[in-house]
Amino acid sequence: MPKEAATIVFETKKVTKVYHMGEVSVHALRGVDTQFFEGEFVVLLGRSGSGKSTLLNILGGLDLPSEGEVIYRDRHMADFDENELTRYRRDHVGFVFQFYNLIPSLTARENVALVTEIARDPMKPEEALELVDLGNRLDHFPSQMSGGEQQRVAIARAIAKRPDVLLCDEPTGALDLNTGVKVLEALQSVNRELGTTTAVITHNAIISDMAHRVITLSDGRIESVHTNDTRRLANELNW
Amino acid sequence: MSPLHRKLFRDLLQMKGQALAIAAVIGCGIAVFIGAQTTLKSLSAAREAYYDRYRFPDVFSSLKRAPLSVVDRIANLPGIATVEHRIVEGVTLDLPDLDEPAVGKIVSLPDRGTPRLSDVHLLKGRLPEPGRTGEILAEEAFVDANGFEPGDQIRAVLNGRLQTLTIVGVGLSPEYITTIQPGSMFPDDLRFGIFWMRRRQMEAAFDMEGAFNDVVLSLMPGANEDEVIRQLDLLLDDYGGLGATDRDLHLSHRFISDELKQLKTMSIIPPSIFMSVAAFLLNVALRRLLTLQREQIAALKAFGYYNREVGAHYLQLVGVIIAFGAVFGWLLGTWMGQSMTGMYASFYRFPKTVFRPEFGVYLTGAIISFTAGMIGVAAGVRQAVAIPPAEAMRPEPPPTFKPSLIERLGWHRWLNQAPRMILRELTRRPAKAMLTTLGIGFACAILIVGNFGKDAITYLIDFQFGLQERHDATVQFHEAVPQRVLSSLQSIPGIIRIEAFRSIPVRLRHGARSRQTSISGLDENRELFRLIDSDEKLVNLPESGVVMSSQLAKILDLKLGDTVTVEVLNGQRPVRNAVVSGMVDDFSGTAAWMRREALHALMREGPVISGAYLQIDPEHEAAAYRALKEAPMVAGVTLQKVAVQSFMENFAENLLRMRMFNVAFASVIAIGVVYNSARVSLSERSRELATLRVIGFTKAEVSRILLGELAFLTAMAIPVGFLIGSGLCRFISKALETELYRIPFVLNPSTYAFAAAVIAVAAVLSSLIVRRGIDHLDLIAVLKSRE
Repeated sequence: MPKEAATIVFETKKVTKVYHMGEVSVHALRGVDTQFFEGEFVVLLGRSGSGKSTLLNILGGLDLPSEGEVIYRDRHMADFDENELTRYRRDHVGFVFQFYNLIPSLTARENVALVTEIARDPMKPEEALELVDLGNRLDHFPSQMSGGEQQRVAIARAIAKRPDVLLCDEPTGALDLNTGVKVLEALQSVNRELGTTTAVITHNAIISDMAHRVITLSDGRIESVHTNDTRRLANELNW
Repeated sequence: MSPLHRKLFRDLLQMKGQALAIAAVIGCGIAVFIGAQTTLKSLSAAREAYYDRYRFPDVFSSLKRAPLSVVDRIANLPGIATVEHRIVEGVTLDLPDLDEPAVGKIVSLPDRGTPRLSDVHLLKGRLPEPGRTGEILAEEAFVDANGFEPGDQIRAVLNGRLQTLTIVGVGLSPEYITTIQPGSMFPDDLRFGIFWMRRRQMEAAFDMEGAFNDVVLSLMPGANEDEVIRQLDLLLDDYGGLGATDRDLHLSHRFISDELKQLKTMSIIPPSIFMSVAAFLLNVALRRLLTLQREQIAALKAFGYYNREVGAHYLQLVGVIIAFGAVFGWLLGTWMGQSMTGMYASFYRFPKTVFRPEFGVYLTGAIISFTAGMIGVAAGVRQAVAIPPAEAMRPEPPPTFKPSLIERLGWHRWLNQAPRMILRELTRRPAKAMLTTLGIGFACAILIVGNFGKDAITYLIDFQFGLQERHDATVQFHEAVPQRVLSSLQSIPGIIRIEAFRSIPVRLRHGARSRQTSISGLDENRELFRLIDSDEKLVNLPESGVVMSSQLAKILDLKLGDTVTVEVLNGQRPVRNAVVSGMVDDFSGTAAWMRREALHALMREGPVISGAYLQIDPEHEAAAYRALKEAPMVAGVTLQKVAVQSFMENFAENLLRMRMFNVAFASVIAIGVVYNSARVSLSERSRELATLRVIGFTKAEVSRILLGELAFLTAMAIPVGFLIGSGLCRFISKALETELYRIPFVLNPSTYAFAAAVIAVAAVLSSLIVRRGIDHLDLIAVLKSRE
C-alpha cells in the first residue's frame, strides 16, 4: 500500500532513551532513525529489551526521548509540555496494551465510553465494539470476559475515537493462537477499513507476515527494515 | 452518568467497609462540632434575647440602706442609662415536706408595673398585688423542685417574724438563670428559692420605708464601666455599700459564661482529633487504592485524560466519603445539639430556648471535614497522577527491605519467621506504623478524656467536702452576735460539734488591683472547716496576717509577705493593712482567711461571730433541722452534704450518658483505624499471604502474621494513648480554669484500665472482621493476578 508519495506520519531522528534506575543507566534506544507512513501497518519485531516498547511509548507521547527528534506531522514532539502531550494522546493516538488495561469496575461499553467521552469525533461505543465483533458483550465486566474478548474491548476502546495512529504493544502476548488471531483480524480490519496507521509490537515473527513493513530492533538500534511484497491475512497465520 | 463516575461508585462499593469506617470517624467529628456549636449558639442566643428583652443590668451593688433620694444622685453619674433600686432580703423557709431548713431571697417589685431593669417573666399565675399582704411570685426552679402551684402557701421567717406567704405566680428573671446560693458550689433548687414581693409589702416586712438596699444599673453605650463602678462605690460608701460589680462577677452570668466557654472548647478539641484521624485514614486508604489502580491511572492518561482530570476523579471519591461522613455528622450532630440544648434548658431557666441549627455551623462543619480530608490525600493523589504513564504501566518495583534494628542487634535468634516478617514490615514503613499507633492512641485518649470529668469532679468533691469542708451545715446569723449565742445552738439535740466563724465583706486592694471577697475568721483548732492545699496538705492559720486562695493572690498580684489593703465593706468601713502570711492552692473560689482573734483585732471589735459550722448526728438529723428552722437568730442554713448528694445523683446520670457517647466515639476511631490498617495490609500483602498458604501455612499462622502486626501496634498504642490522653486532660484542666473553679488534674487508674480495655476489644472485633478476609483468600486468583 505505501507508495513513494505517501505522507509521513512519524519521523524519528537519532532518538535515544536512557533510563536511570538507581545506580544503573539502561540505554533503551541508541539512535533510532525511522519513518512511519499514512495508513501503513507496521510490525516492530524484536526480543524483549530490544527497545521496541520504548520507541512505541515515545511515538505515543507516553514518554519523551533523552535525545533526538520525533516529528509527528511536522510537529516536534520534544517541544510538547505535559498538557500538549496529553492533548496529543487524546486527539490522535489509540493504544492497545499487552495486559489490556481495562478498568475492571466498568463494563465493555463503559470502558469504551471512557474514551469516546473525551474524544472530538468519536464513534458510538456500541459501533466500536461491533467492529471488533463484540456487539453481544456490551454489558459484561472485564472479569466476565476471556482474554481475547478483553483485548478486543481494548481495541474497540482504542479505535472508538477514530485515532490517526493505533499503537499496539504485544496485543497478543497474553493470548493463545485462536484468540490471538481474532485480535489480529480486528486490527487488520481497522487498518483496512478506517485507514488508521497501525504499529504493532511483537516478539512473534510470524505476525510480521501481515504487515506492510517490518522493522526489527535489536539492542536499542534498528537492525533491519523489510517490506512485504505480499501480506497474509491474520486468519492465515499459524504459530 | 459518565463512565468515570460509574467507576467511582463501583470502587466505593468495593471498599465500602473502609469507606464506612472513615465516614463514621468524620461523622463523629462533625457531630461533636455541630452538637457543641449549635448548643453554644442556641444558649448564647437565648441568653442574649433574654438579657435584651428583660433588661439584664450591667452593674450591680448591694448596700446596707439608703434613702430613695440617693437614686437620683446615682442616675446623675456620667454614663448611666437606667437605675433600678430594690429591696433584697434573705429569708428562711419552713417547707412542709422538708425536714431541713430552706432559704430564699426576696426581691422587691415596684408597686406599679414592672422593674425598669431585671424584669420578671411571668410563666404562670399573676404578679403579686401591692395591697395584699403575703403575696409572692416564686422562681420556677424552686417551684418545680418542690412541686408547688400558684395558690400554694409557704411559711417563712421575714425579719425574725414568721409569716405565711402565698405563691400567686411563677416567674423567671435574667438575674437568676441559674440559682446558686452565695457560698455554695451547686444549685440546690429544693432548698433555695428566689421570690418577688411588691415594694410596699417588703417595706413593711423589713422596715425599709423610703429606702433601698440593692441597686442595679444599665450603662449608656461607650460608658466607662470601671469609672462608673468607682463613682458608685464612692457614692454608696456612706450607705454601707458592699462594692459594685460588673456582669463578670455576677453569679448566674458567670456560671453560664463558663458553660459556654466549655462548649466552645468541646467544639474544638474532640473534632480536631477526629479530623486528624480521618485525614490519616483517608491517606492510607487512598494511597492503597492508588497503588492498586496504578495501571488504570496509566491507561486513563494514555487515552488522553489530563492529570487534573485523573486527580479530580480520586478527589471526588474522597469527596463522596467525606460527604457521607458530613451528612451523617449533620444528622447526629443535630440530634446531639437538640438533646444537649434540651438538657441545658432544663438546668438553666430561660423563658424560651430555641434550638438554632444555624446554616453557618453546618457549612463550617462541612468545610472543616473537606479541608481535613483533602489535606490527608492531596499529596498522595498528586504523586500518583504525576507518574509518567509509561512508567505507571510497569508494575511497581518490589519494596526494599532491610534487616530491622532488632536483627542488627543480633536479637533475632530468638525470633522465628513470623515475628521477623512483622518487624521488617514495621521498620520498612515506620511512618505508617507510627501514624497507625497514633490513630489508635487518639481513640484511647478520647476515652481517657471522657472519664476525666468524672475523675476530676469526684476528686474535687472528695477534696472539698471530705478534706476541707467537713461540716454538714453552715448557719448564718442576721448580724454579728456575741459568742455566747453558740450555747443556744449547743442545746439543740443532734448537733455534735460547732465551730464558729466571723465573716466580713471586704474589698482587698493591692496597687491598682482590687477584688471584692470576704475574710473569714476561724478558730485555731478546727475539725469541720480546714484549709487544704492541692497536694492535700493541711494549711495552718498563722497567728497574724491573712491567708488567701492562691487564685486570689494571683488576681491581686500578691506574694507571701506583701501587704494588702483591706477595705471593710460594713460597719464603720475601716480601711486596714494586713500582711499576706499564707496561701492555699485550692480549687474553688477566691476566699481569704485569718485567725478569728486576729480578725477581731484588725476590726477592733470584741469576740463576735457571724455563723457556725455544724456537724450533725445523722440519727437526729430531722430534729436538729427542725430546731434550726425555728432558731430566731438564724438567717440562713446551707446544707453542703445534702446539696452535694443531690448534685452527684444528677451528675451520675449525665455522666453515664456522656460515657456512652465517649465509648461509641472512641470505638468508632479504634475500629476505624484497626480495621482500615488491617484491610490495607491484607490487600497489600494478599499475594505474600497466599504464597504462605500455598507452601503449607495454616490459616491461623497466616492470620498471626497479619494480625500480629496490628496486635503489636495496638499494644504500642495504648501507652501512647495514655500519654496523649493525660496530656489532653492537663490541657483541658488549664483551658477550663475559671475564677470560680480550678479543675484538678486527676486521673484514676480505673480510667486508664477502662480505656485500654475498650481499645483491646475494638481491636479484637476489627481483627475478627479482617480474619474472615484471610480465611476467604482465593489462593489461585491472588497468585495469578499481576501486581
